Amino acid sequence: MVRVDCTGRSNSLIQVRGLDKSYRRGGEEIQVLQRLNLDVDKGDFVAFMGPSGSGKTTLLNLIGGLDVPTHGSITVAGDEITHMSGNKLTQWRARHVGFVFQMYNLIPVLTAFQNVELPLLLTKLSKSDRRKHVETALGVVGLADRMNHYPRQLSGGQEQRVAIARAIVADPTFLLCDEPTGDLDRKSADEIMNLIQRLVKEYGKTVLMVTHDPVVAKLADLELHLEKGLLVEGGQLREGAWAGGAA
Amino acid sequence: MKFRSLIFANLFRKKVRLILTIGSFAVALFLFAFLAVVKGAFGRGADIAGADRLVIINRISIIQPLPLSYRDKILRIPGVKAITHNNWFGGVYQEEKNFFPQFVIDPEYQRTVIPELKVPDDQWANFIKDRQGAIVGAKTAKRFGWKIGDHIPIKNIGYGSTGTWEFNLDGIYHSERVGGDEGQFWLQWDYFEERVPQAFKGNVGWYVLKLESPDDAVRVGKAIDDMFANSSYETKTETESAFAAGWVKQFGNIEFLILTIGAVVFFTLLLVTGNTMAISVRERIGELAVLKAIGFSDRSILFFVLGESLTIALVGGLLGLGLAALAIPVLASALNGLLPTLILSPAILSLGLGTALLVGIVSGLLPGIGAMRMRVVNALRRV
Repeated sequence: MVRVDCTGRSNSLIQVRGLDKSYRRGGEEIQVLQRLNLDVDKGDFVAFMGPSGSGKTTLLNLIGGLDVPTHGSITVAGDEITHMSGNKLTQWRARHVGFVFQMYNLIPVLTAFQNVELPLLLTKLSKSDRRKHVETALGVVGLADRMNHYPRQLSGGQEQRVAIARAIVADPTFLLCDEPTGDLDRKSADEIMNLIQRLVKEYGKTVLMVTHDPVVAKLADLELHLEKGLLVEGGQLREGAWAGGAA
Repeated sequence: MKFRSLIFANLFRKKVRLILTIGSFAVALFLFAFLAVVKGAFGRGADIAGADRLVIINRISIIQPLPLSYRDKILRIPGVKAITHNNWFGGVYQEEKNFFPQFVIDPEYQRTVIPELKVPDDQWANFIKDRQGAIVGAKTAKRFGWKIGDHIPIKNIGYGSTGTWEFNLDGIYHSERVGGDEGQFWLQWDYFEERVPQAFKGNVGWYVLKLESPDDAVRVGKAIDDMFANSSYETKTETESAFAAGWVKQFGNIEFLILTIGAVVFFTLLLVTGNTMAISVRERIGELAVLKAIGFSDRSILFFVLGESLTIALVGGLLGLGLAALAIPVLASALNGLLPTLILSPAILSLGLGTALLVGIVSGLLPGIGAMRMRVVNALRRV
């Protein structure tokens, strides 16, 4: 269940409390996120929508441990990440977060197999175990037969599926998808969304997704809208999910 | 090593750039090896000089003679064990391009004073008995295909119209020191003295003496120079290593020249490689950001960049040194003794490779630290 009005402790997988993020640009302070609260349970699929500059990607970066908030806290599976050192945060990301980016961000000189294998290089798995995991992940995204192809030999939709395989191969706690269909045509976008839905329904993955596309957002369990740094009402309530305004 | 494929894949990203950068290293290391070998060749005389030997030349210049009469006077100075003398012969064998150094020697103490140039006893005995006898270094004998018993005509051009001198090859010497000179040709003082014009008779080019102890060098040297001070033929006595170093200085400050060229080459290489690595890192800053995002540590990112620059340095360095190892013997052969023996020693190879790796580390360090410190969020925003 997703909540955006909690202020106390909860048993949710992801707990965001009083999150502020501001930048200084040219002497002017820009408030990106304001006093934001959020609870996401395991297996939830949340879509964040909002206009450009509303703070969607910033929120994702903060929850993914790529950025640090100005105020507030983020706790994931009991670990408060907001006070972790750089090295600890890097290790935490490797263990808990799977990233899917709009531009796929595959390494062009590596094959699909090698790209998917990257997160496993940080583990103590043997080469043969890594191979098994990579083949499984590529099998889940339907690209087992393309594992030796380079990104330039794949279509955009296939590249994004490889990126999703890379995100899930180490079995992270949750996936962060930043505009995963933003660079794809409708058919490919539908394929990617079907895949993400399968990950949620069949594999119980927790997914937080940023999108501009209302069609894509509707496929999530819950839509949350960010405007000027505030989580505002407007999300369509689904069964088992609850959303309210930010404090 | 599980990161090897990542490092190699990135290296081969721009093949032309990779080849050119490795080529820069190879050329620089080849040049380094060549310069080091030339420096070593010029300095080897001083390196292998006997600590217990003094060289006495005319105070004005080595081309001015000294009287033969000095020999016995010097021999009487306490601390002098043996003395021999030499003259430069300056002959031509068949054609002028067939250059090799020819020295007139005093056979009596030659082997005592310079024991490291070994002549078998039977060959030496034949030489002593043969007024027109000659002994030649193994390298020169091999060069001209000479064998013991051969008759060797040499046209003298240094002592007036003495025409062609005939020699019988009685022996071949070898140096027992690595890099020792095996290119000389020795002829007997008596034969020389008999044939040169009157004006040259009784004059030696220089003396070489052996001391009882190296500790006597300063005292004996001073005693010799004091003995002949204010005479028509004042002397300059110095240790063999000082003499060899002075000889090299006649060509200019070879060491400074070589070190300067070497430093410029490596500094340029550092700039070229540093620039290449900086461009390479800048081109894929987004990819490095993704690696950091998915959990690669800052240190891993630095390791990848340094791994690439070190691989380039290692491959380029080995290539350049390998080419040098192939080319220097050919070059040494082509020089035909114009320079002392060129030796590409393990020390030069190690120094070259070490310097290449140092350049590799330094050139990768700055872009590597930059990549290590980049903020993932900022870098991803640029993708």
